Amino acid sequence: MAGDGSDIPLHIPDAPHRPGEDAEFADWPWKPGDLGKLDVDCSAEETSEHANGLVRVLGDDNSASGKWDPNLSADEMRLGLEHMLRLRIFDDRMMKMQRTGKLSFYMRSFGEEAIAIAQTMALESQDWLFPTYRQPGAQFVRGRDMVSMICHCIGNEEDNVKGRQMPVHYTFKEGRYISVSSPVGTQFSQAIGVALASRYKELDEVTITWIGDGASAEGDYHYALNFAGVFKAPVILNVVNNQWAISTHSNFASGLQNFAIRGIPYGIPSIRVDGNDFLALFSVTKWARERASKGLGATHIEVLTYRAGAHSSSDDPSRYRPADENEHWPGGDPIERLKSHLISIGEWSEEDHSNLSEKLDSEVMSAYKEAVKFGDLANGPYPSSDAIFTEVYETPPWHLMEQWDEMKKWRDE
Amino acid sequence: MMPNMNMVESVNSALQTMLSKDENVVIFGEDVGYFGGVFRTSDGLQEEFGKHRVFDTPLSEGGIAATAFGMGINGLRPVVEIQFADYIFPAYDQIVNEIAKVRHRSGGEFWCPLTIRTPAGGGIRGGHHHSQSPESQFTHTPGLKVVYCSTPYNAKGLLISAIEDNDPVIFFEPKRCYRGPFYGDPHNVPTWGGHPEAEVPESHYTVPLGEARLAMEGDACTVIAWGAMVHVSEQAIKNSGVSCDLIDLQTLVPWDRSAIEKSITKTGRCVIVHEAPKTSGFGAEMAASIQERCFWSLESPIERVTGWDTPFPHTTEWDYMPGPTRIAAAIARTQEE
Repeated sequence: MAGDGSDIPLHIPDAPHRPGEDAEFADWPWKPGDLGKLDVDCSAEETSEHANGLVRVLGDDNSASGKWDPNLSADEMRLGLEHMLRLRIFDDRMMKMQRTGKLSFYMRSFGEEAIAIAQTMALESQDWLFPTYRQPGAQFVRGRDMVSMICHCIGNEEDNVKGRQMPVHYTFKEGRYISVSSPVGTQFSQAIGVALASRYKELDEVTITWIGDGASAEGDYHYALNFAGVFKAPVILNVVNNQWAISTHSNFASGLQNFAIRGIPYGIPSIRVDGNDFLALFSVTKWARERASKGLGATHIEVLTYRAGAHSSSDDPSRYRPADENEHWPGGDPIERLKSHLISIGEWSEEDHSNLSEKLDSEVMSAYKEAVKFGDLANGPYPSSDAIFTEVYETPPWHLMEQWDEMKKWRDE
Repeated sequence: MMPNMNMVESVNSALQTMLSKDENVVIFGEDVGYFGGVFRTSDGLQEEFGKHRVFDTPLSEGGIAATAFGMGINGLRPVVEIQFADYIFPAYDQIVNEIAKVRHRSGGEFWCPLTIRTPAGGGIRGGHHHSQSPESQFTHTPGLKVVYCSTPYNAKGLLISAIEDNDPVIFFEPKRCYRGPFYGDPHNVPTWGGHPEAEVPESHYTVPLGEARLAMEGDACTVIAWGAMVHVSEQAIKNSGVSCDLIDLQTLVPWDRSAIEKSITKTGRCVIVHEAPKTSGFGAEMAASIQERCFWSLESPIERVTGWDTPFPHTTEWDYMPGPTRIAAAIARTQEE
């Protein structure tokens, strides 16, 4: 027998709750005052308490406290709130477009909006972002035009990647946001190379990358930790533990119920942070950036959050987790938490919030209307299929030129 | 009375049949356990057979392949799923250097009766990472058998043969055809309902590995295809008005050379169709062998209609995938005097 009390010979984990069961999470024992600020030149071992605990700034009552409070100005917090709300409204519009056939596919960041936005705001503009499909919000921080983002998702003639990639696989070089790839985890180890190239060029650039709890089971995750530890690369390595990889619970991603501490044996200072706490994310990232910038090497961060929505427009999570699981998740909603905090310090109001919401609604709606002028998936026009042949190589070799001519013959017939 | 199944159901039925028949069969992969697979091919099997027979794994294709290797050499008969063929490459080292070679390198003392199922091919707006058809990356590896099903009936029969085979088998399922045959028109995609190849017995049966299927019979040209391209070729043949043998290859390694020789000796003309890129595609291997064996029977050059030598596009995938018009034109070229 498996030794876990079951009547089967293998130990096979399970998710904590399945459809038809009550979703129960233990209350969080972690409070904002629990953990002190670490010296930037600390050793990996000295971060053990921070890897096993949870860095929070916003408490259960959404007041900010503790040594990790980044003491942001109200303007900075309002900007963070605005970007998060922008992303949520944008996601909802894109999902509606998908449902009406104007896009082929979509993935929301619902419940995880704080992560890329707070972390990118904590970085410098020269820093490199190496995201997964769940960090599109970083582009708002880096000033990407929303029309351009929608055109990419449609894959219309204004799509900067020319209809080649699935939606949400953004590329935004101007914002140092590196092209998203579908195979999960590959970016994590590639980020080490980006960071080492910056160091080679003696530039003060830091690379931040993210990987999901699920994808942390891929070899790339371990390559990244090892290379980062060995070469003291100026990277910030985030494991976004949103607990679900499509239907696969994080219980299947690691035999430990903690992702942060896996960095320590690789010699990398490691911290777990409340991923729905904008201020804690900002603060920990700022600290990690300082380490990288000073030549002290990588930081490994577990961002503890919850995938509040479906994996993608193709997914139906009610088949594998209780429909109300999100309501029991103790980490709250990142937008609500920062909003309540701002209200509690007298820097925001419900009226401000609904005004902002209206403003963003109309911003998203007008971007949407502008984008579909360049075509949508249901109705076209589409980007030229010449783009199938360009940029495969720097210059198309003879065999591609021949095939390109043949394709045009069929297309134009 | 045979139930009518789509290809998802017939794959499921094959897995169910083999889990019942052989207690050494275990099934695992990403999302295959509780959820039953993102395409639903293992739906209900964990509930029926238990978590130790059908289970989810960490997201690690290399880990899945390596674990299957270990189980295989220690007496189990693992059937693993790689969620999309595009994601098989982290497992490539395990497959090519380990799984494919263990029988040979151990002097026959260890072998690996393992089946790797993977949905492949385009037509679902999956862009370049959910659309590739990488069969030739495996046909070039000695020690592997390579299968590409095309209908509910052959999917079940071939999958059972693959699972029962004592060699490792890479089993490609054309995801575009899971819920219906695909005739090359994305605006008109029928279901499998009423299709003769959707009459699938619930019980155990096999379609032997290494044997092609004659899907249409004619005398003026031999059209060879596999996966979704079988149906696209069927449409092309109808459009062309040329009397053709349509050979559904079914198994790529070892391929049914004698069936092809027999057909080409009759027709003297040949078109090979695959959606994978042309260069080093399996069509190249077939064309080379056909000219070696059938040179004196050939009346015209062998034609290949394939995907382009480019990554698979998202928005404009219909300008990438071979369609009935391109295939019909190739058939017509073979008829020119």
